[in-house]
Amino acid sequence: MKKILSGNEAIARGAYEAGVGFAAAYPGTPSTEVLECIAAGYPGIHAEWTPNEKVALEVAAGASYTGARAMAVMKHVGVNVAADPLMTLPYTLIRGGIVLVSADDPELFSSQNEQDNRHYARFAKIPLLEPTTSQEAKDFTKEAFKISEQFGTPVMLRTTTRISHSMGIVEMGEVAGQPVPSIERHPAEWVMLPANARVRHPLIEKRLLELKEYANSSPLNSVEMGDGKIGIISAGVAYQYAKEAFPGASFLKLGMPYPLPDRLVREFASKVDELWVVEELDPFMEDQIRALGIACRGKDRLPLCGELNPDIIGTAISGAAPEPFRKPALPGRPPSMCPGCPHRSLLWALRRNKAFIAGDIGCYTLGFLPPLSAIDTCLCMGAGINHAHGMATVFGPGREKIAAVIGDSTFYHSGITGLTNLAYNKGAALVVILDNSTTAMTGAQDHPGTGVTIGGEQTIRLDLEKLVKALGIEWVKTVDPYDVKKTRKTIKAALAHDGPSVIISKAPCVLLRSKKVPGEPLCVDPEKCIGCKVCIGLGCPAIEFRDEKSSINSSCVGCGVCGELCAQGAIGGGK
Amino acid sequence: MNVLMTGVGGQGIILASDMLSDVMMRAGFDVKKSEIHGMAQRGGSVMSHVRYGRHVSSPLIPLGACDVLLSFEELEAARYVQYLKKGATVIINRYRLAPPSVISGGEPYPDILPVLREKTDTIVMVDGTKIAEDMGNPKGVNTILLGRLSTFLEADESLWIEAMNSMLKEKIRTANIEGFRRGRHA
Repeated sequence: MKKILSGNEAIARGAYEAGVGFAAAYPGTPSTEVLECIAAGYPGIHAEWTPNEKVALEVAAGASYTGARAMAVMKHVGVNVAADPLMTLPYTLIRGGIVLVSADDPELFSSQNEQDNRHYARFAKIPLLEPTTSQEAKDFTKEAFKISEQFGTPVMLRTTTRISHSMGIVEMGEVAGQPVPSIERHPAEWVMLPANARVRHPLIEKRLLELKEYANSSPLNSVEMGDGKIGIISAGVAYQYAKEAFPGASFLKLGMPYPLPDRLVREFASKVDELWVVEELDPFMEDQIRALGIACRGKDRLPLCGELNPDIIGTAISGAAPEPFRKPALPGRPPSMCPGCPHRSLLWALRRNKAFIAGDIGCYTLGFLPPLSAIDTCLCMGAGINHAHGMATVFGPGREKIAAVIGDSTFYHSGITGLTNLAYNKGAALVVILDNSTTAMTGAQDHPGTGVTIGGEQTIRLDLEKLVKALGIEWVKTVDPYDVKKTRKTIKAALAHDGPSVIISKAPCVLLRSKKVPGEPLCVDPEKCIGCKVCIGLGCPAIEFRDEKSSINSSCVGCGVCGELCAQGAIGGGK
Repeated sequence: MNVLMTGVGGQGIILASDMLSDVMMRAGFDVKKSEIHGMAQRGGSVMSHVRYGRHVSSPLIPLGACDVLLSFEELEAARYVQYLKKGATVIINRYRLAPPSVISGGEPYPDILPVLREKTDTIVMVDGTKIAEDMGNPKGVNTILLGRLSTFLEADESLWIEAMNSMLKEKIRTANIEGFRRGRHA
């Protein structure tokens, strides 16, 4: 049977066909749909959202210790969080196959950087598989589990946005049964203290040599001889782009680029006049090929930054000048917070209180855009609280107004340790937890504060206020961000407080259809509007300004915030 | 065949391009599709590439190779003009969603026709949004536009109906199939 699947859906199907018993993930674009598809489509696989990626990899490792096949899925920067277990897991004995899916984001469509996670495979000394189509995404997932068990190693399956989110036709395969779990004890191989780990390291080096032999003969790596003039070594979606640009060239497609199949590369190189290595981001394969003493072209012409496409590859290799093109001067359309988003009024109020606002990863990062301009930093998940503490500490008490904003899901991900530090080290920053009861940016996933699992079951619902108090913060207030006056007052009091303070801004994401917002658009009375633009300062896509007057379009959901700000009382209707 | 769909996040472009891909698979073609999810969707500019034929390599349409552009919003039709083949067919939903700089009064909503005419004269305006509103199904714009698009593509109408029957929830199926048929004559 054939179906059209995205790369992520195909990985989920591959996990099912491979007999995977356990899958864990923290949502992150472009990886999110893998676990969502597993939970929705393959109920025989236990799926769980974990608070962060480190937990995901560690619970998967635990599941694998029982003999079950297990998988952890994350976006590229998530692997940074999971790097601690990732570096030592290869030292341990593998029972059930364990696969780490890393979804990279060249071009930074929805990320804070475009790191190339293939380096992690080399860093952790584990094999790396890279599919070039949805079909391969499914097939390679199954293959990854085989390799994991055959060689006793974790395997990294690396996609990029264009693999995860592109769709293609996939032929379904047979479904393997799940292994029966059992208790075994392998203290020498599972207790990684120095004496044991020291013994395990040489085994990793030996395994890498065996894996290199495997890569040299595996059908994952294949040669397609075209004309002998240009030979292209490529992997991932870049292979498809190169094939589009040079259909007649010879190709060495590396489905398993690490460990690099040295013999295969050497043999291929000897058959072509000019060897090109075509890969997105870093010269990962190119550097290794050059280290073999093989001459090749690649990053001398191909860009190190951003994603590739057939046009970039075509002009780079042919050396032709790209077709001149004048981009039409059109107004930009950046993403923005939704009409009625509860983050908007909170950020507006913080900015009005003249606070420096250390931000974090989530929809609220979009609050950096003008006219709101209310996010001053954004580094990585959980960093905002620590930025604010570091800054406030340097200034000393009462000198500057320093605040951090962090979403609820991000707070559970990596904000708790930062807040603990803030309390422990007698910090003075204000931390605002934007609790919208979901992981909004990735499309509304549940988390430990929502009371529901990925499978839709009822579960514990963390009480944020109690949790914050338990971490040692005494000054904690919960506000309704749609009540702007009260929110501003609370912010003022928190910023004046001598010591750490936390405000929980509690209102569900508008995409969850909150009862707070009636859904009926408000309207502006043009007689009363004096064109002061206070409402425009909210940066709400529903409020327009022309002919010196504000007006409200049909995207308004009636949250009422602009009405509260309007000193002329010109905005009405709705609730 | 290369079809580009453009518009603004939240307009139903992903479902529409899913449906086109499904139809072309039913018609026996190899199909690939690519688009961006996540942050880019929050009211931002969105495009989806659909390619079909005997064999498709790249999921992205090369520059200057797009045969048909279907835009759910007027301005977005002009944003990716570099993808258009000379003489391509451009189908535009008559609907304007002002971007932030226009909303705040910073600049006027641009005239897009001169930009498109540098590449093609085949520009088809469709009252998709109006038809959807008249039908009392404002969310059904995407199937109305697919109806218009389908008249420029190879697949038989019956394949489209099959695809809608299999992909849409029962509750919205009839209204959308009706919208699709209206779209074919829009």
